[in-house]
Amino acid sequence: MSAGAGTPLILDGITQRYGSALAVDTVTLDIRGGELVALLGPSGCGKTTLLRAVAGFLKPTEGRVIIGGQAVDHLPPNRRTVGIVFQNYALFPHMSVADNVAYGLAARGVGRAEQKARVAEMLALVRLEHLAGRFPREMSGGQQQRVALARALAVRPSILLLDEPFAALDKNLRLDMQIEIKRIQRSAGTTTLIVTHDQEEALSMADRVAVLNAGRLEQFAPPTDVYDRPETLFVNTFVGTANVLHGRLATEPGGARVVALEAGGLLPAATTLPDGTRVAACLRPEHVAFAEDGPGAEGGTGGGLDGVVEIGLPLGATLVHEIRLDGGARLKTAEARAAGARPRPPGTRVRLRPTAPERVSVFPDPRH
Amino acid sequence: MAAAGAVAAPLRPGRAWTAAYDIRLALPLAAFFLVFFLAPLALLVLVSFYADPGMTRFGLDQYARFLLDPFSLRVLGATLWLGVEVTALTLLLGLPLALLLTWAPGRLRGLLTLIVLLPLLTSVVVRTFAWIVILGRQGIVNAGLLALGLTDTPLKLLYTEGGLVLALAQVQMPLMVLPLVTALSRIDPNLADASAALGAGAWRTFLRVTLPLCLPGIVAGCLLTFAAAITAFITQSLIGGGQMLFMPMYLYQQASSLNNWPFAAAIAIVFLVAVLACVTLLNLVGRLSRGRAQA
Repeated sequence: MSAGAGTPLILDGITQRYGSALAVDTVTLDIRGGELVALLGPSGCGKTTLLRAVAGFLKPTEGRVIIGGQAVDHLPPNRRTVGIVFQNYALFPHMSVADNVAYGLAARGVGRAEQKARVAEMLALVRLEHLAGRFPREMSGGQQQRVALARALAVRPSILLLDEPFAALDKNLRLDMQIEIKRIQRSAGTTTLIVTHDQEEALSMADRVAVLNAGRLEQFAPPTDVYDRPETLFVNTFVGTANVLHGRLATEPGGARVVALEAGGLLPAATTLPDGTRVAACLRPEHVAFAEDGPGAEGGTGGGLDGVVEIGLPLGATLVHEIRLDGGARLKTAEARAAGARPRPPGTRVRLRPTAPERVSVFPDPRH
Repeated sequence: MAAAGAVAAPLRPGRAWTAAYDIRLALPLAAFFLVFFLAPLALLVLVSFYADPGMTRFGLDQYARFLLDPFSLRVLGATLWLGVEVTALTLLLGLPLALLLTWAPGRLRGLLTLIVLLPLLTSVVVRTFAWIVILGRQGIVNAGLLALGLTDTPLKLLYTEGGLVLALAQVQMPLMVLPLVTALSRIDPNLADASAALGAGAWRTFLRVTLPLCLPGIVAGCLLTFAAAITAFITQSLIGGGQMLFMPMYLYQQASSLNNWPFAAAIAIVFLVAVLACVTLLNLVGRLSRGRAQA
């Protein structure tokens, strides 16, 4: 059941109300078998509520959870084949590592001999064979997490849920565990849902990322799409960094579409929104080019932003500048730093333009 | 000094936080214990070694009298058994109450806490007389049973061991429930969720996770209830009446009515040793469980 194809998971119009508060607002996700999906969003966006709904710890106000083609809404958590790894791991403190891993097997009536074999297999999978007799309190955070993972996978769940799995680990260990979990998830072929507020984690691990904000699904797409083609202003600013500039859409005499910025200057924009629409234009720092470096340095009307360098920082492999535009707004730029390159000195006048018109994402201005 | 140290030390073994404070701060308490606890206890031991009621010569006569007397041993046995019965009943009723209290949402939880604490806010005498009103021949229970036609003649509830156990269980309930609630609320709620997600039903989760992890609370609650039940002089006397004799009353009679101070002292010492033995045994169980349950 678990190996190979994996079990598809469908969240069908999940809505969760707490009194009058709307924690999750009709979220629909169609997750393929064996896929690793990250639920990404700031705290309070409803991602943990969705996780608890899949596990069966809460019954959504509306909507259905469908695991492997079967609606499971009427099933209590212990009748769903869903494994979960909690943020604090929730290992049973009074049981040894082996007993923790065997717990679910015993609960499901697996015979002693098979329990033993499965425990050995799982501990080998997470590379903890040598610590089977230890108690959770005698282990490091990373080891505890691997035990929690082994415990959850021992019962061969059709769906694996990970709740902020790396939040409690220090930065070095975090990357190791991300790779480790990805490896284990691949080899087990288990459909996996990771809840996280850490965008790097979501982008690096997931096959697809579901970005949530205030209970609503903002975008559900592969990590590169979420980053390169954000569908909403929220996604654009929450995932990665973005310069947000406010303005109004217009069409140049030549037919090119531009955003006339409130702060002065023109930005090219590829959008279907009508002229005159107030918009928020987002431009990632690495998509800002200095005009003197690229084509059009002579300064056409295709859009250009004039400003002064406020500060330049050489951040190892990248060179970051903060530019104060003539209209008063500030803009961050980031570029790969060539060997020996130094930041431009403060006060340097520069002209900026996007590396390509389609790099400017335009959204209706939420302020209007 | 020794008493004060013994109170502080078992709380956090292995952590030398006491070193951060001036040990002299404990002196007032130590002096208090010395004057009002250790000195009287020493006096009690001394008196128990007088061979005759007139306190003229020393000997082990009083202990021999108690330990060779079937009547005295029966009283001791009945008292300890009473403690066991009350503790068992209190645990049986207190554990569900403690679970309810732990899981209850905010407002209900406050109400339940008040109900649990209420007995502590009224005098033992008042509570005991309330039970006399409830259990008496014309009491609430009998009136109800008669009215419902469940019995033709009033049942004898007062002055029975069953009635006494029931009254003591109610009176001592907070001593059981409060340590249980403390232990239960310390358990990570994710553990129950983890257990359920792994396929365990409610009973398996309770027996394999909740119960083992609240064992320290159970032991603490049982210790307190047991100690309180066997020494509950007022409740034992008023509900139990004249037919049942327990150690506190036995001791009181010897000292007050018969003026046999050495024998009363010996009864007290034997009782103390017996109770200490029980408490040590329970404590041992508690320590074993705590060692396993520590997160």
